[in-house]
Amino acid sequence: MLQVDSLTKTYPTGQKALDGCSLTVETGQVVAVIGPSGAGKSSLIRCVNRLVEPTQGRIWLDGTDVTRLGRNQMARMRRHMGMIFQEYNLVERLTVMENVLSGRLGFVSFWQAFLRRFPQADIDRAFELLDQVGLSGYENSRADALSGGQRQRVGIARALMQEPRILLVDEPTSSLDPRTARTILGLIADLARERGLPALINIHDVGLALMFAERVVGLSQARVVFDGVPDQLDEHILTRIFGEADWRQTVRHAGDDERAMAAANQADDGAPVSPHADGIGSV
Amino acid sequence: MTVQSGTPAAPRSWRKPPMIRNPVLRWGMLLAVAVYIVYAVEDVNLDLARFIAGIPKAVEMAGDMVPPDFTRWPLLLEGLLESLQMAIFSTAVGVVLSVPIAVGAARNMVPKPVYLAFRCYLGLVRTLPEVLIAIFLVKAFGFGAFAGMLTLTVASTGFVGKLLAEEIEAIDPGEVEAIRATGSGWLKVLLYGVQPQTLPRYVGLCIYRLDINLRESTILGIVGAGGIGATLYNAFGRYEYDFAFAILLSIVALVLVAEWASGAIRARIT
Amino acid sequence: MGERRDPGAHHMTTDGICTPAGRRVWRRRSRRKTLQAFGLQLAGVAIVVWAIMGLDVHWPFVLDAPVQVVDLAGRMMPPAWSFTDDVIPPMIETINIATLGTIMACVLSVPVALMAARNTTINRVTLWIARVIVVTSRSVNELVWAIIFAAIFGPGPLAGVVAIGIRSIGFTSKLIAEGVEEIDRGQVEAVEATGASRSKVLMYGILPQIMPTIVGVVTFRWDINIRQSSVIGLVGAGGIGITLNSAMNLFNWPQVTIILLAIFIVVMLSEWVSDILRKQFI
Repeated sequence: MLQVDSLTKTYPTGQKALDGCSLTVETGQVVAVIGPSGAGKSSLIRCVNRLVEPTQGRIWLDGTDVTRLGRNQMARMRRHMGMIFQEYNLVERLTVMENVLSGRLGFVSFWQAFLRRFPQADIDRAFELLDQVGLSGYENSRADALSGGQRQRVGIARALMQEPRILLVDEPTSSLDPRTARTILGLIADLARERGLPALINIHDVGLALMFAERVVGLSQARVVFDGVPDQLDEHILTRIFGEADWRQTVRHAGDDERAMAAANQADDGAPVSPHADGIGSV
Repeated sequence: MTVQSGTPAAPRSWRKPPMIRNPVLRWGMLLAVAVYIVYAVEDVNLDLARFIAGIPKAVEMAGDMVPPDFTRWPLLLEGLLESLQMAIFSTAVGVVLSVPIAVGAARNMVPKPVYLAFRCYLGLVRTLPEVLIAIFLVKAFGFGAFAGMLTLTVASTGFVGKLLAEEIEAIDPGEVEAIRATGSGWLKVLLYGVQPQTLPRYVGLCIYRLDINLRESTILGIVGAGGIGATLYNAFGRYEYDFAFAILLSIVALVLVAEWASGAIRARIT
Repeated sequence: MGERRDPGAHHMTTDGICTPAGRRVWRRRSRRKTLQAFGLQLAGVAIVVWAIMGLDVHWPFVLDAPVQVVDLAGRMMPPAWSFTDDVIPPMIETINIATLGTIMACVLSVPVALMAARNTTINRVTLWIARVIVVTSRSVNELVWAIIFAAIFGPGPLAGVVAIGIRSIGFTSKLIAEGVEEIDRGQVEAVEATGASRSKVLMYGILPQIMPTIVGVVTFRWDINIRQSSVIGLVGAGGIGITLNSAMNLFNWPQVTIILLAIFIVVMLSEWVSDILRKQFI
């Protein structure tokens, strides 16, 4: 269970990304964090595993105060937090298998890591995870030879390889096309539920958030302005969260990319095309 | 996409795929490298005992070096100034000469035989170490800074010439074509079509070469081509380590100042 | 820049050029910039003239030069082909000096480079130490290092290997450090997020990214070291330089020709090999 209490983050530039945010993620819950760009969503997620240092506030994971841990203790704590990144952040030049196994780096010795002699149990689990994310047979492909969706699957496998107590997911689908985005997010949600893992997912696409999350937290201008179930989200609240930004624009449908390209081709012929052509409707 | 674990699989092992797939080739190369290192160490008499024996000598030398002896600073300054003069002159003349050489060595500027001739010159100049060129120029022109200046000038043409030629070969042919289309002669095409595109890189190269020439100028004296090198060599030869250290410190200081200055100038231009 | 023409008035264009009534003038630079440029050029010429004044041109020697050159060329020909066999062992020693020196530098450069890169160094002290090592190594020429180590270890290739190695560290560390500073932060962050210790983050997140840089830089330096190794013998640090020195002292010019040829061929070959290796690994 994750508890965040009055979390504040001010960057050295003076930008206040988080202002007294508090929330709780129960065991086994999939929580989506939505909000306009710059609202602080990414900072929130990164504060939990302290890739970003909180300025003020406390965070507890299963009763341990994460914010008060020293360097080595924090490293040990991170082993229990699996993170999935927007840009996948795989080690490009290593193989898929090495990337997945890197989830266990915190648990093996230096020499085991150096010689790539991971325990058989780890290797078994790695193969299993690769099957579960649909990448059997890819273990020896180099990471940079994979497509975006495939890379994110490796990222998911890596995070799960840690057998974490919580999944921290930072915009997992923003770099993917709409169809793959839906598949990937569904995969994350399913795998989390199967394992009873709490998951904190930072997501830009409101539609996807509502589709897969049990709870939604809305961030606007560094503050939590909504914390409830998807059904409670209506026009008013969404407008309050997104303010000026049109939340509808965040919603992408499968086929959106194709339609946009077709529209652009039409524009080349001289026919005027409005930017909000078909395809973007209500949630 | 939910998951089924099917029948439990037999334990699958995995090893990192090696960089070189063919095991014979891989082990062959590793063996070759190991054998070579053993052989090379043997050939060079890389004797750990001698190395260790040298350490007390090194400590002793270090002790003699400190404190550095600056009492003979007129000699030191004279040598440094001469090195500086050598570097500046050679760079100035060298980079000017580099321009026609670079044009001659650019495939897109001149006919093939001319290109080959210039490339031969560049290959020759760049392959021989500067010190060797200096030895011969000393034989021809006598001891002193003149030979050193010529050496560095020639070396500069080789360095800047090749890199500039590559830059010229990489320019946008469209711009050159446009100038040609106005009916301009070859020289004007150079001035308006080629020069503007290559000027920034050229200036950068000039400053870089000045830096290198300054460093080289400090050692050409060892073979009699002027500069502080001779003074340094003699100091070591006479076991005057404190004076030698003073010279070394001055050289390092000079090089650092020059590097800082060149960095500042380059930042200004770009 | 279209200003309206206003007869009878002076215009200040954006370049600060005043135009008398009705006429528009274009100059490449404003007056101020022209003066600046002129001043800089004047300063440049002054510096070069000062440099030339240091030229102690012995005109008799200069005029004599062609005669000297022809004379020397005559003495160098025909090359002493029989000497070829005697050139090979020192040449091989030269290559070995260069290779071993490069290997030594390669091994030492990686930790120095990691200390010299702002994103991987431990604290300001280590950064400063690494910078000092790099600067010292780079500012002192190979020949000078060779003199120093020949004085410490005695003449011979041992001094040469150490000299080449020490000099190369500055070069390779600096370039590798630049590569380290340009790595993708995200990949490193992901490995940190798994809770791996610092050394494992280095091994998994950083090293794979800089491998191509390391290989390229080391191969490049090896090529340069072959050239340098061939002359450090002139100050007693082993290799073909010693043979060259002896031949010159004995005025055995035909031998000198063979030695020069050997150096030339080997350097060219090493450049060729180095180019191939670098293309393979990038």
